[in-house]
Parts: sequence; C-alpha cells; structure tokens
Amino acid sequence: MGNFSQKIDKFIEIFIEQNGYVSVLEGLKNTLLIAVIGLVIGILIGTLIATVRVIPKYKLLPRILNGFCSFYVGLFRGTPIVVQLLVFYYVMLPIMGLHMTGVQVSILVFGLNSGAYISEIMRSGILSVDQGQMEGGRAVGLSFGTTMMKIVIPQAVKNILPTLGNEFIALIKETSVVSFVGAADLYVAFNYIGSNSYEFMVPYLVMAVIYIVIVLLISLGIKIMERSLRKSDRRH
Amino acid sequence: MIDVINLQKKFGDTNVLNGINVTIEKGDIVVVIGPSGSGKSTFLRCLNCMEDPTGGQIIFNGVDIADMKVDINVHRRHMGMVFQHFNLYNNKTVIQNIMLAPVHLQCQDLRKAKRKNAWMKFTNIFRSATKKKELIPITTDKATIKKEAREQAESLLKRIGLLDKADVYPSTLSGGQKQRVAIVRSLAMNPDVILFDEPTSALDPEMVGEVLDLMKSLAKEGMTMIIVTHEMGFAKEVANRVLFIDEGQILESAPPAEFFGNPKNPRLKEFLSKVLV
Repeated sequence: MGNFSQKIDKFIEIFIEQNGYVSVLEGLKNTLLIAVIGLVIGILIGTLIATVRVIPKYKLLPRILNGFCSFYVGLFRGTPIVVQLLVFYYVMLPIMGLHMTGVQVSILVFGLNSGAYISEIMRSGILSVDQGQMEGGRAVGLSFGTTMMKIVIPQAVKNILPTLGNEFIALIKETSVVSFVGAADLYVAFNYIGSNSYEFMVPYLVMAVIYIVIVLLISLGIKIMERSLRKSDRRH
Repeated sequence: MIDVINLQKKFGDTNVLNGINVTIEKGDIVVVIGPSGSGKSTFLRCLNCMEDPTGGQIIFNGVDIADMKVDINVHRRHMGMVFQHFNLYNNKTVIQNIMLAPVHLQCQDLRKAKRKNAWMKFTNIFRSATKKKELIPITTDKATIKKEAREQAESLLKRIGLLDKADVYPSTLSGGQKQRVAIVRSLAMNPDVILFDEPTSALDPEMVGEVLDLMKSLAKEGMTMIIVTHEMGFAKEVANRVLFIDEGQILESAPPAEFFGNPKNPRLKEFLSKVLV
C-alpha cells in the first residue's frame, strides 16, 4: 500500500499545485449545467407532450399532434444518447449551418432526450390523478389547459417526484458521455489529471466519489421537496 | 331556461339516452329518480356537456350548447355542478378551491378586454374622427378581483359554518364538509342553475342531513336546481317536479304529491313499491 500513498501524493500534487482543481471545477460545472438545464428542458417538453397525449382525441388537430408526439418519443427512446449527440453535432449542425459549443449541444440533446422519457413519466402521473379532478375544474368553466396546469399537473408532479428524481440521477450519470462532442465534463477533467501523471487509479476513484456525493445530495433534496409537496395529504 | 329537445347519447353501440324532452324554468327544483343504469346520471352530465350528447339539442339561455362549435366553457360558468365524490381540488386549500375559478376567469376576461382595447386603440388611429370605435370600459383590476373573491368566499364559508377551515386542505375534512364546500364552490360562480349528481350517495348517513339542509336553503332562495338523488323524502319535500327516467326515457314527470301518491306508469309503480317500504 506504500505504492498507493505515493499515488495519492501524486494526485494531490497535480490536483492542487498544477491547478488540476480548476479543470475539475470546470468539469463539475459543465456536468451539473448539462444535467440541470437538460432536466428543465426535459420537464417542459415532457409536460407538453404528456398533456397533448391525454387530450381527448375526437378532433383532427389533437390526433395529428398526438401522432407527432408519439413519433418524437419513439425517435428519442429508440436511439442511444451517444448516437443522438454525434448526429446532432456532426450532421444536424453542419446542415443547418450553426455553430454551437459541445456543452450547448449536450444541453440541448440531453433536454430533448430526457423530454421523451419524462413525457411518459408525466403521462403516468397525469393518469394517476383521479378523473374527477379534471371534471371538477371543467364544471366551473375552466378550460382543459387551465385545469391541467392549475389542478391536475401539480398533483401529478407530486405523484411522480420519486421517478422524476430517478430520471435526474440517470441524467447526471449519463452526462459522462458528452466528451464525444468535445464538452469538458467531470470525466474529461479527471482523465486530464490522470494522463498528466500517468496514473489513473486515484483520479477515477475520486471521480466516482464525486458522482456518488452529487447523487446522494440530489436524493436528499428530492426527499425534502416531496415532504413539502405532501403537505396537502397530511391529516392534522 | 333549459330546453332539452330529443337528447340522445350513445356509448359505442349502447343507447343510454333515447330522446329526452324536458323544459326547466327558472326557479324550478327538478328531482330525477330512476333505477341504476337508467341513464339519469348521464342525462345530468349531458346537460353541461360533461358527456357530449350524440344527438338532440340543449337550449340554455337561448344557445344550443350541445353544438360542438359552441365554447362550452363560457356556458359552464352559469351552470354549477356538484358531484357524488365532491371533486374538490386536492392541491388547494378550502378557500382556494372556492376562489380559483372566479379569480382566474375574471382575470382572464380582464386580460382579454385589455388586449382588445389595445388593438382598438391602434386601429382607431386609422379611423376618421366620427367612426372611432369605443373602448371596452375597464372598471376593475386584479387586486380588486382577488379581494372581492376572497370576501365572497369567506361569506360563503361563514354561511356553511366552515370559516375556521378556510386554510386547511380538503383531505382533512369529513365527507359532509367536503360536499358543502363543493356546493359553495359552485355557488361562488353565481350560476343560473346547479346540477347535483347524487350529492349524498357517497356520504355517511349522519352527514346526509347537513348537505340536504344546505340544498333546502338554496331551494328557498329560488336557485334553479336539477338533482339526481335516491333521497325520496327530500324529493317529496323540496321538489316542485319529479322525473322518472328508465331506459333512457322520461316515463313520468309530475309534481311530487301526484308522483308519489298517484303514479301512472307501471314501471314507476313497481320502482316505488321497491323503494318506498
């Protein structure tokens, strides 16, 4: 184990004295940025799609929208995230003639991707809310959209919060593939430290610990949020 | 006030309502009874298009609301509905439950009026001085709407004696309290008519009384009510007309004294002999 303490010393040297922590912090920032903004975009898209998919389908427009949403969900659930990143970065951007950094592309693709998953989570949440809540809203003259926004979706979110937390955690961990399009996330930072010291054991171990700590913190945050949202269920 | 003309409703191939014709005047208290599966709940739910009718007309305040092109939300504001399972919004407190619709809809109207005025102002620039169109007068603002709605909600809660429960969530209320809140929630919209869909069927027997008392006091104030219920005693006492529905048709329609004392339709006779023991 003497060998191991040497490795730790080497890591600490690079981490602190050669400014390795700067790239780690940068990587942490990018990882969180991609996951958090991706989740926000995902929730927005997911809610929209879920709402469209529960609209009664008597009329033509909801049917067309529903078809489009099914296509979207099928597309993004049917291809690996790495493929989506690569296609977006190396195919879509040149075709559209846009310039975006790796981080921006990652945020967008992760948002679109998690939107597809969250839409199904959200749909199950909406279906879990009693039909009577919708009727109660419609009966006083509120529109479908208003009732959805003010009454059904808040209750749906409460029901799906644990699953949504799952999605967020998965998202954080999946961001470790963004180096495919040149975004510097945690993995890139520790890889950089490792290749500078020709020593990968400690950097990757620290990386694993950082991921675990982030995930545990998020689970804690979700627990707190859940408790405050359950307020209306509590009997006192 | 409500003219139902040849109302029909099909679920798939099953005919639930086979041509219902009935006229309800302002101030009427109509009780609808019938065996289970007879279509009485469906009839009530068709009246405010909770279920879209598949045929016939419902003329409410001069507009055929069974027409799918009509904006039903506008007409539902004038048609309260009380459900068997209360359907209070679980994520809102009692007072929010009552205030939500009035505040939201009035604010929505306010926004619409402001938007229209802005457009009118813009187009008036191009009109000659004599042809300028008048703006919609705006007499209120968001804060006033909210204040008035709160005052109204509080007075309604006071009326049912639940003012101390204003800031609790519905899950903490008893069934009878929930149903009374649900009734005043529909009252908060100042409706022309309230539809009751078996309001006491999901309640413990000891809580039925408090809900029926509230409904009786509404009846005394001259509120138009259409009530689907199994409470025969209530029908006898409060209704001024009782309808008997079976197999999607109105088989008998009479004042309660005649309806219960001298029923004509054989099916009604049979039904009453089973119900009134």
